[in-house]
Amino acid sequence: MAEISASQPRQAKYKLIVEPRLETPPGWFPAAVSLGAVVLALFLGGIVIALVGGNPFATYAHIAGASFGSLGVLSDTLVKATPILFTALACSIAFRMKLWNIGAEGQFIMGAFGASVIVLAPVLPPETSPWIFIPMMILAGIVFGALWGFIPGFLKARFNVNEIISSLMLNYIAISWINFWIFGVWSEGGFQMSAKFPEAARLPRLLDMAQTLPMMRGLTTHLGLVFGVVAAIGLWFIIYRSRWGYEIRLIGDNAQAANYAGISITKNVIWAMMLSGALAGLGGMAEITGVVHRLQTSPIAAGYGFTGIIVAWLAKLNPIAAVLVSVLFGALLLAGREIQPSGIPKMIQGIILVCLIASDFLLRYRIRVVKTGEEA
Amino acid sequence: MDPIIILQAGVTSGTVLLFATLGEIFAERSGILNLGVEGMMLIGAMSAFSVAVYTGNPWLGLLVAMLVAGLLSQVHAFISIALQADQVVSGLSLTFVGTGISLVFGEGLSKAGTISLLPNFSFPLLSQIPILGEIFFTQQSILVYLGYLLTPLAWYYINHTRPGLHLRAVGEYPAAADALGINVFQLRYFYVFIGGMFAGLAGATISLAISPGWFSELTTAGQGWIAVGLVIFAQWDPFRAMFGAYAFGALRRLILDIQGPTLLLGMANPFYYNPYLGFFLQMLPYAFTVIVLILGSREAMKKRLGAPAALGNPYVRGERGK
Repeated sequence: MAEISASQPRQAKYKLIVEPRLETPPGWFPAAVSLGAVVLALFLGGIVIALVGGNPFATYAHIAGASFGSLGVLSDTLVKATPILFTALACSIAFRMKLWNIGAEGQFIMGAFGASVIVLAPVLPPETSPWIFIPMMILAGIVFGALWGFIPGFLKARFNVNEIISSLMLNYIAISWINFWIFGVWSEGGFQMSAKFPEAARLPRLLDMAQTLPMMRGLTTHLGLVFGVVAAIGLWFIIYRSRWGYEIRLIGDNAQAANYAGISITKNVIWAMMLSGALAGLGGMAEITGVVHRLQTSPIAAGYGFTGIIVAWLAKLNPIAAVLVSVLFGALLLAGREIQPSGIPKMIQGIILVCLIASDFLLRYRIRVVKTGEEA
Repeated sequence: MDPIIILQAGVTSGTVLLFATLGEIFAERSGILNLGVEGMMLIGAMSAFSVAVYTGNPWLGLLVAMLVAGLLSQVHAFISIALQADQVVSGLSLTFVGTGISLVFGEGLSKAGTISLLPNFSFPLLSQIPILGEIFFTQQSILVYLGYLLTPLAWYYINHTRPGLHLRAVGEYPAAADALGINVFQLRYFYVFIGGMFAGLAGATISLAISPGWFSELTTAGQGWIAVGLVIFAQWDPFRAMFGAYAFGALRRLILDIQGPTLLLGMANPFYYNPYLGFFLQMLPYAFTVIVLILGSREAMKKRLGAPAALGNPYVRGERGK
């Protein structure tokens, strides 16, 4: 058996043996390891919070209370979770193919831009029925997102251009692009935002039902969440139950074998990037029509694309699991707005990802403590 | 719109990219892809500036920045060397952590006060050379001169010394290097650390010399990622990295200067009369990175050059063929 790491004496009599796992660990094990990684990450994050003079316990208690404490904040948590869910789905499909789409952020922004074009260009007059408005905006969001995913996919397939860097560069380009429209063309009264969208161009929210159901008052959860859950279920079927999903998984596991089996890698790279971009673009559309209601840079380019990477990884690229995990990260982002210093949620996200990747080691290797002398 | 001023400023601000790119070349030559450059640069910029503010000594800030970024790089080294995790995701997470920690510790730092900057000076004699002297040797930061020194040194070290040979062996064919008694694991940790120190130096170059101060994530504004792209354009060669870095620096200055004059090439300057077009100029460095990547990939395909063969693969003793 290959011993991969130098054995280390722990005490005089014991030593640590690291060996590859030959058997598949039980089903609960990966989830337990991920949970352990998150706990460790929160602990490490707590140390840093204490170092800058904060109280880690109070901070975490505040996060929990401010995100799940009542129906109202739970609804706000779900609102925050919605864009993350879309970007996490976008990352899941691409990462499944070992296609490192870091550009969900830009695709999300372009999706929001696409939806805005319908209102602001304007493609449709403001008195159009929502039954026409919303489907058109969904379409535009998907098309612009997919276009922004197509570029790195095409460059990868045609010129072998590293998709990590090209998709990331497109994030910056997308921000400049919408800034041009917001500052220059669609600026409302010189402010750095467009005019508000008409009612018909907004997604319905729970609070719209408050007249008949008083308990819905003030709940901002919008239809985008339903889109997201439907997209997650659809994506699950694509990845695990369709022929195309099989090809994608095969390419991700062993591109060479897939190529020998006659699966076109270039075609799949482009299609997967476009689907990835379309999902992120739909997320941008949902965010702008469900929450922001106008084109504005800071609430749209808020880093959801990057949080999506972490959520996708924590969910082990499983779309259904991504729904749950994005709610947790929605909570972190929501509560994080009030925490000082303001970088803490971002830092905790990063530490979580580091711990997660490190913990994957435990899935592949077994660590045992043995008495020396017994081990030959 | 004086071309000499643009080139001179290009060399100044390109020095940031040069350091970051050189560091990544070392790490990648040893077979470790580190996408955490942006995070390491930010933590370097933040720690350099805060140490300079609180101690009054920018040199100490520079040193601390290199050490802190080097230490951060070891997280990635441990995860990708010992734990054999995916280097792409690990590097990304390093950028997140580096960014997050810099934001937490950098809170309020933007208003913390001013620092004494690292010195600028003109190089005696060399600054008298027409044109070239003005561009490269007149009133440049001492760190710019450090770049002139480190680039040929890095090139010589990688290509013409015994440790450089070991470095390349570890990145191209770690199993063979291992069989020859070279400690693959130790060398990879070491060169990732070197890469981290360079990234820290790059960050410190921003906050102590080029555009002093701490502006949260905007301090680097994606330059760490541009550096990762430049490594590919440079084909892992320090001199090409230098050329690319200065060209990008000049582009950044050109973007600023092109919006100034009322006349451009004898016509009414659209960027002057419609400042919103400036957003398209802001896209240029990022668009150029993509273009440069296309050029680099095409050339690599033509010449059958390419990345170090073991780039991105963990080395596991006893496994075949890596």
